[in-house]
Amino acid sequence: MFADIFGFPPQVLFGQLLLGLINGAFYAVLSLGLAVIFGLLNIVNFAHGALYMLGAFVAYFLLTYGGIGYWGALILAPIIVGAFGALIERFLLRRLSGVDHLYGLLLTFGLALILEGTFVKFFGASGKPYPTPAGLQGGVNLGFMFLPWYRGWVVVASLVVCLATWLLFERTKIGAYLRAGTENPKLLQAFGVNVPFLTTLAYGFGVGLAAFAGVLAAPITQVGPLMGSNLIIIVFAVVVIGGMGSIVGAVVTGLAMGVIEGLTKVFWPEASATVIFFVMAIVLVLRPAGLFGKTA
Amino acid sequence: MKVLARLAAGVSAAACLAAAAHAQDVSDGVVKVGILTDMSGTYSDLAGPGAVTAAEMAVADFGGKVLGMPIEIVSADHQNKADIAANTAREWGDNEKVDAFAELVTTSTALAVYEIANQQHKIALVSGAASSPLTNDKCIPTGVHYTYNTTALANGTAKAVVAEGGDTWFFITADYAFGQALEADTTKVVEAAGGQVLGSVKHPFPNQDFSSFVLQAQASGAKVIGLANAGADTTNAIKAAKEFGLIQGGQQIAALLMFITDVNALGLDTAQGIQLTTGFYWDMNDETRAWSQKFFDKTGKMPTMVQAGVYSSLMHYFQAIEAAGTDETDAVMAKMREMPINDFFATNGKIRTDGRMVHDMYLVQVKTPEESKGPWDYYKIIRTIPGDEAYGTLDESTCPTK
Repeated sequence: MFADIFGFPPQVLFGQLLLGLINGAFYAVLSLGLAVIFGLLNIVNFAHGALYMLGAFVAYFLLTYGGIGYWGALILAPIIVGAFGALIERFLLRRLSGVDHLYGLLLTFGLALILEGTFVKFFGASGKPYPTPAGLQGGVNLGFMFLPWYRGWVVVASLVVCLATWLLFERTKIGAYLRAGTENPKLLQAFGVNVPFLTTLAYGFGVGLAAFAGVLAAPITQVGPLMGSNLIIIVFAVVVIGGMGSIVGAVVTGLAMGVIEGLTKVFWPEASATVIFFVMAIVLVLRPAGLFGKTA
Repeated sequence: MKVLARLAAGVSAAACLAAAAHAQDVSDGVVKVGILTDMSGTYSDLAGPGAVTAAEMAVADFGGKVLGMPIEIVSADHQNKADIAANTAREWGDNEKVDAFAELVTTSTALAVYEIANQQHKIALVSGAASSPLTNDKCIPTGVHYTYNTTALANGTAKAVVAEGGDTWFFITADYAFGQALEADTTKVVEAAGGQVLGSVKHPFPNQDFSSFVLQAQASGAKVIGLANAGADTTNAIKAAKEFGLIQGGQQIAALLMFITDVNALGLDTAQGIQLTTGFYWDMNDETRAWSQKFFDKTGKMPTMVQAGVYSSLMHYFQAIEAAGTDETDAVMAKMREMPINDFFATNGKIRTDGRMVHDMYLVQVKTPEESKGPWDYYKIIRTIPGDEAYGTLDESTCPTK
């Protein structure tokens, strides 16, 4: 057998690395949505965790009341929640476009509290069960750990979505418009591009990513009103470490932080909730704009 | 203290006779109970708004008045934070004429309120918090730990599991006072029964993803994985354990604290077969069903043991005030200890001088979906655990003022 590494059998470490990657995939998708929204709208979207929760609940509603299963929900929930996000942008956030960041932060934070409070009121804090889709039950023994098929699928689906988002922003015309909109919205408008519509679309897209992560999480955790509130703070730390608004930064940092957190759960489990903030503090001291951020 | 309690009991019995004629000895002209609970967080289903409803039901069923003075309920959300709980309790006691604090889910908040109750010489009726130190090292003379505790959970579930051959344990423990108390109490029971604890991992509270901890438990090779946590942490840990094949691998989960709301949230497909210890189940006899149905009509949920315990503890408190003829703390405490508790919640329940309310507990098993006749039909009662066996004797208590 292998020799122990730092007193732990290697199969334990490999397992934790893989689990860290799986959790990192969630952080990546969530922080990607935040990065898109911050990059294009300059809004610190504190409602992101609540919208992630909403995605999971929409999947639950679709199953319970509409008979639509996991795969349908994976497509429909992001669209439904994304449309809800577009409404938020059109009727609430847009009114704050000229003012300080702080107002957008307060508004979205308020929205998050309202959403979570409403769901606690009607569905209770302990949440609802959501079954693992039939085709992805069970798992495979990798030798060093038992990998549930569903967790494997989460990593694949997340990476595909992250890659697709990157391609959309860096390699398509609409992506070019969006990037131009952040640089100089007035000039872009002068070229006849409907900038307000683009902005709404971008917010809806970012929110849709949160909902997608919510559906991915539904079979793993309970579908509960508070599922986003713990996660959102970590995801913000990830975005800050990666550099606010950086798409590549969000994805790479998300995965890396998942792994760091996973290893902490072995070496010092009690600190696993704080290790990411520790990293954040160090990064902010050494590189205030984040690892992938452009210095202003 | 025992002598003092008896003396106080005698004095209050005399006061009772006097008060029968003029029922006027209520401070500030009102009996006010402050419910401090988790109204919106992870424990809000098992305590929270349902506990407030139970308290209001107790006031209504008692007739809204005691010794001719009105009974009032105030409530606040302590958000599972000790500082918020302590500040609210202090404010209530100092300025709002609150005579007793009740519910108090989450050990850290219960301990903080104990401190205040002791300073202000007010009564604390703990229902939701679980830790056995509340009636041991951390006890106060005016505290009552009513519904259950970690000792009873360990004596109920762990003993049964070891007896069935689950003699090596690994703990997944919530990293705060409650989790540590539950792990410590269970360890004692496991070792006393000839079992062995192979290790434990402490997770932050609350925690979302348990896969890493489940994997560590798996690698330990222990036959039993003891979950020393509660609420969403427990349900998430159980889901992760199933997902990662812990059960197929031959290991067994012991959910040391689980409420009926957790079973409801998990669904019977996942929860079936789990053994747990509870202080109350709605479907035991006509009395429990009648009260629980009233609760259900108001809340849309069947009561947890915590919520039923809040009702029972308040009724007992009001009855003690009536019997004592005053709401003065020492006289009421003496009466509460003197009078046995016989209602839908407890049979011959008794409050000891260390504050422990001793009553029968139940070892139950979660039904399979086929066995269950409908919503909330979740438990089979396997065994009634006599109060003294569940809670241990007063001699074993390390409470300095017992």
